[in-house]
Amino acid sequence: MSLLHINRLSLSIHGSTILKDVSLKVGAGRILGVIGESGSGKSMTAFSVLQLLPNGSACSGDISLSDKDILACSEEELCSLRGKEVGMVFQEPMTALNPLQTIGAQVAETILIHENVPKAEALARAAEALRRAELPQDRFPLSRYPHELSGGQRQRVVIAMAIALRPKLLIADEPTTALDVTTQAQILDLLKRLVAEDGMGLMLISHDLAVVADLADDLVIMRRGEVVESGPAAHLFRNMQHPYSRALLEASGHVPVKSARTTSAPLLQVRNVVREYASHSHGWWGQTTRFRAVDDVSFEIRKGESLGLVGESGCGKSTLTRAILGLEETQGGDILFDGEPVVVHHHANREVRRRMQVVFQDPYGSFNPRWRVDRLITEPYHLLDSPPQGSERREAIAEALESVGLTADDAGKYIHEFSGGQRQRIAIARALIIKPDLIVLDEAVSALDVSVRAQVLDLLADLGGRFGLTYLFISHDLSVVRSITERVLVMKSGKIVEEGPTEAVFDNPKDAYTKQLVDAAPVLPADVA
Amino acid sequence: MLQYFLKRLLSLGLSLVAASVVIFLALEVVPGDPAAYMLGVNAQEDTLNALREQLGLNGTILQRYLSWAGGLLVGDFGTSYTYRTPVSELIGERLWVSLPLALYALTLSTLIAFPAGIWAASRRGSYADAGVMGVTQLGVAIPNFWFAMLMVLVFAINLRWFSAGGFPGWEDGFFAGMKALTLPAIALALPQASILTRVMRSSLLDTLGEDFIRSARAKGLTRGQAMWRHALRNALIPVLTIMGLQFSFLLAGAIIIENVFFLPGLGRLVFQAISSRDLIVVESVVMLLVFAVIVVNFAVDLAYALVDPRLRRRR
Repeated sequence: MSLLHINRLSLSIHGSTILKDVSLKVGAGRILGVIGESGSGKSMTAFSVLQLLPNGSACSGDISLSDKDILACSEEELCSLRGKEVGMVFQEPMTALNPLQTIGAQVAETILIHENVPKAEALARAAEALRRAELPQDRFPLSRYPHELSGGQRQRVVIAMAIALRPKLLIADEPTTALDVTTQAQILDLLKRLVAEDGMGLMLISHDLAVVADLADDLVIMRRGEVVESGPAAHLFRNMQHPYSRALLEASGHVPVKSARTTSAPLLQVRNVVREYASHSHGWWGQTTRFRAVDDVSFEIRKGESLGLVGESGCGKSTLTRAILGLEETQGGDILFDGEPVVVHHHANREVRRRMQVVFQDPYGSFNPRWRVDRLITEPYHLLDSPPQGSERREAIAEALESVGLTADDAGKYIHEFSGGQRQRIAIARALIIKPDLIVLDEAVSALDVSVRAQVLDLLADLGGRFGLTYLFISHDLSVVRSITERVLVMKSGKIVEEGPTEAVFDNPKDAYTKQLVDAAPVLPADVA
Repeated sequence: MLQYFLKRLLSLGLSLVAASVVIFLALEVVPGDPAAYMLGVNAQEDTLNALREQLGLNGTILQRYLSWAGGLLVGDFGTSYTYRTPVSELIGERLWVSLPLALYALTLSTLIAFPAGIWAASRRGSYADAGVMGVTQLGVAIPNFWFAMLMVLVFAINLRWFSAGGFPGWEDGFFAGMKALTLPAIALALPQASILTRVMRSSLLDTLGEDFIRSARAKGLTRGQAMWRHALRNALIPVLTIMGLQFSFLLAGAIIIENVFFLPGLGRLVFQAISSRDLIVVESVVMLLVFAVIVVNFAVDLAYALVDPRLRRRR
């Protein structure tokens, strides 16, 4: 008898179909991985179980939790199920906690809302739940506020909230997507341990096959609101039937065809760069302590090379990027682009700046929604002394759009008319339009679905060959860096701890930290179909 | 927390010094002779000299500033030219009308806005919500002096529940005083309550869309519990900001309403002082109002820190 049984569940929100005939089962003590890309309906399936759906939702079909018919429950009955029988962990640990309440109060609330116990007892049990989530009281007292914790620690608080009453079912919706790879590995281990200890069922939702592969007993693959394939994980990975599942598997391990065109001439030289910040003031009159975000970093990028820079959040990669782009001044060392300094007289050197472009992570936030695409992608023209006008300008726009796989007609559209992957193509077109030598890709594919990511990586490899581009590829995602770069730098606490050819560094890491990163990165089973 | 408090206090002191310098310089920088301006074109030379002496216009600029600011510190604002009484007495009297009026209006507007805003937010998109939005739209749009005259017409002239204006003084007892302030307070509170309701509603709706509300719901809290326990306090920061601005405005901005109801408040004092070119009174009242605004902002800063633990640590 399974714990959670969803049978032919359909969901529509304001009349548009979100889920169609979804069926799945989670057994006690088992882990079900639900995999799909954005818009596949995996999160909505999870929310359906708790009936925490947006207004205007209509469910049909059957959801039974320990033989209780969820769809027939009143709101009151549902409230008594939520948190007690079913716990839930969400994707965004940074915003999932109330910033004004202590972690103790928030965990204890789960207990107080369901059981009539004195507050002191609830707090004692909250401390126990936090301890089980590996936040021991001596280091993380109940009186801590969320802003005093890191993302991984906050996710542990959310987990403690979810498991405080030892629910039968835990639903984790992309619990590690927003976290660094080593933290991700720790959180996944924690979930696995809790499932084993409590005999809970776990529904683990992810877009990343590799994350789920290590953990799940069973798998469900979803696309556009439907289940395309399901079965025991070990079996499914070896015998994928549905073309979509196979495409997904292929895309997540996709390696674009690279053309070797690295020359020996250095394009960008970074020498002993130091970037310091005045950090929080302490004491009365604010004696400032200095924090070194980038600490004596040196490296080179050769013309035509694809260089990776990996490290966890806070390691200084973004600061280094801003320094390279001349957006911030350094406190020591030189950054030379083709022999010219990137900052002259406290301002970015325009001569150099027009030869470098950057593509950022967020395909949604990095465009002005009120501008048309032609205006958006010609923004870098302000770096030119005499930007092309009239027909010359139109041709340049068309060329840039066509080179990223869009059409010249797209120039008249607004950004909301495009999907995430298309937006990232537009961001690349914007970078290409002034024909730069170096493109800095700052987590440029991190927000994309695996299949879209594979396409964008192919596009980048292709463009690199065609236009002789040099890439600096900054990411926390080791598999992406591995697939597209030739050489890699590993950064930790502002320093480069390891450097070398990508394959060699990943296959045979020398530095302890690199080893830790490589070990933590989730990998697909080696013998997949 | 203590450090936050002391730093805010320091900034309060500095703001006051800066404000006094600006107000003092404003009189200095104004072209022409303030004494001549006050006394008009036909003034005699010896009267002008006497007034210059009284205004402290003799001596170096630093001496004059220090003697003026020093006077402020001990409550000596000088003597009003038109009333022939110490300005501190004038202000003291008027403050006993303006301050209760401002507090009364703020209390009313808060008592209306909080429930109305919460009610509208919890029934987003319903007729109730649309109704609240419509009424507050109207409340923002109606000029408060027109609304005041309307109330006088209905409650004072027709129904004879309240007097049409004037203030009996607190000697007649607390309730007589409050009664005289009721219509003006309502007139002042109406637009303020409308704005505050809208701010409360939108701030609460923003907060209700946050991830931690979903977390709270997943714990088993009902919609209402999630709102009261988690959303409300988080929604309070923008509301406190608006309340601080409104209080300062109520204290200083009641000029029109005080005139409509013939209330002897600060607004009316400034109005009369400006008409009779009594710069000593104008200068002092402006300084007092600036002082009030700065102190209210200080109080709002402290309230932020009480609401939000993240601010207690910062700077």
